[in-house]
Formats: sequence, C-alpha cells, structure tokens
Amino acid sequence: MENTSLAHHLLLAGLLFALGLVGVLVRRNLLVVYMCLELMLAAATLALVAFSRFNRTMDGAVLVFFVITVAAAEVAVGLALIVALYRRRGTVSSDRLDVLRP
Amino acid sequence: MPDGLFIFFAALTLGAASLLVLSRNAVTSAMGMILALVGVAADFFLLDAYFLGVLQVLVYAGAVMVLFLFIIMLLDTEDPAGAYPWKKAAGGLALFFLLAAGVLWLFHWSGAVPATPAGATPPELTAAPAEFATAAKAFGRLLYTKYLLPLEIAGLLLLTALVGVVSLSKDASDERA
Repeated sequence: MENTSLAHHLLLAGLLFALGLVGVLVRRNLLVVYMCLELMLAAATLALVAFSRFNRTMDGAVLVFFVITVAAAEVAVGLALIVALYRRRGTVSSDRLDVLRP
Repeated sequence: MPDGLFIFFAALTLGAASLLVLSRNAVTSAMGMILALVGVAADFFLLDAYFLGVLQVLVYAGAVMVLFLFIIMLLDTEDPAGAYPWKKAAGGLALFFLLAAGVLWLFHWSGAVPATPAGATPPELTAAPAEFATAAKAFGRLLYTKYLLPLEIAGLLLLTALVGVVSLSKDASDERA
C-alpha cells in the first residue's frame, strides 16, 4: 500500500471501464453485454473508493455502498426483463432483436 | 512503483475481465466476471475499505453472479457455431487500445492527478484515516445520520424492484386464461 498512488488505482479503474465499454459495444449476447455493464459499474466504484481513501473521507465509500445496493436491484429487474424477452422472442442475441430497426 | 500485491490483483482483474469480454461461452464469461469482481474486492482491501470489500464479495461475486449463472443456465444462450469472429475482435481490440491510451494520458502523462493529495504531508498519506480502521461502525453512523434519507430511498427502491420482478416474471399466458 505504501507505494501505490491514487493514479495507479485510477489507471486500473479506467482500464477496467474501457474493457467493459468494449464488451458492451462488441458482444451480441445480451447477458454478456449486461455483465460488461456491471463491470463498468465496478470500475466506477473502484475509482470512488480510491478518491475517498486518498482524500481521507468516508463519503465516497458510502456512495459505493448505495451503488452496490442499486446495482443489485437493477440486476434483478434487468434479468427479469431478459427472461421475459426470451419468452416472447426465443433469443437473447441483440442481432436478432431488431423489430424496431427501420 | 506500486507494490507487488497491487500489481498481482490488477493483473488478475484485467485478465479476468478480458476473459469476460473475449470468451464465446457465456458460462466462461460469468466465471471471468466473478474473478474480476473478486479482484476489485481485493483492491478495496488494499485501499483499507475492508467493509466494502466484504460487501463486494458477498453481494456481487456471490448473490448477483449466482443470479446471472442461474439465468445463463436457464436460457439457451449458445452463440452461433462457426469461425471465431476475428474481425470483430480486432475492431474491439483497436477500440480498447484507443481507450487505454486515453486513460493512460489522463491519469499518467497529463499530470492532472497529483502523486500526493494537495495539502497532505507524506506521513499522513501513508497512514489510513481513522474512520477506515473501524469501517463497519463508521458506515453505520453515517448511514443513520447524514445519509438517512438516501438509505430510506434505497429500501424503497429494493421493494419496488421486488414488486417489479414479480410482475415481470408472471407468465403472459396466465393473463389470457
């Protein structure tokens, strides 16, 4: 811990966020896209904890607590939506879910 | 130069996240996601946020990812067979390196992030803040004083999500009958 600076943790968070963003843009399986979204959220919480730690305050960590709570609720609702979509259309590939495409 | 534990867990996190993005099998992707979240939790520990690290493992790597695995197993989400989509993977890789260069510039070369926080003397920087040492206690105190209203709203949100999931997962054929 002695030698890691704020920049190192932000670098890790940024690279993790970039990986998640690439996954969201490239993948076609909705479940994997959703997991990549969660990865981006985790990267954001990592940056929050790092800032909170290096500014010697608890507020960022409490915000992460709320982010984890909201993410849990969001995952439950999102997965229910994906299951409902699968029931209607029989697929979770975003390539084949194109009824709104002109 | 960061210490060895940080490098180890950063490499673990990034490797597992690449597994999540690159694997064609959704179950392998989920395993990579679990490993990446454990790596993030380990980084929370390195940042002295012990309570959040435990919470991350319990809620994210535990409950949420079990839910994901359950749905992946429930739905038949086989990717179409055939050659690995190298062209798309190369495009994604190029995009990643572009983003990574941006991140490196922003956090490393631009000098926007100071090596030490403004106004902090080096001994203060290396010592953990007093609150982080007794994290659960400090969390409880903050949650029930300064953040009481957000806590209530989060509870309401969880209830709303519960009701929403129940109504969403009702079979559509039940309504017609």
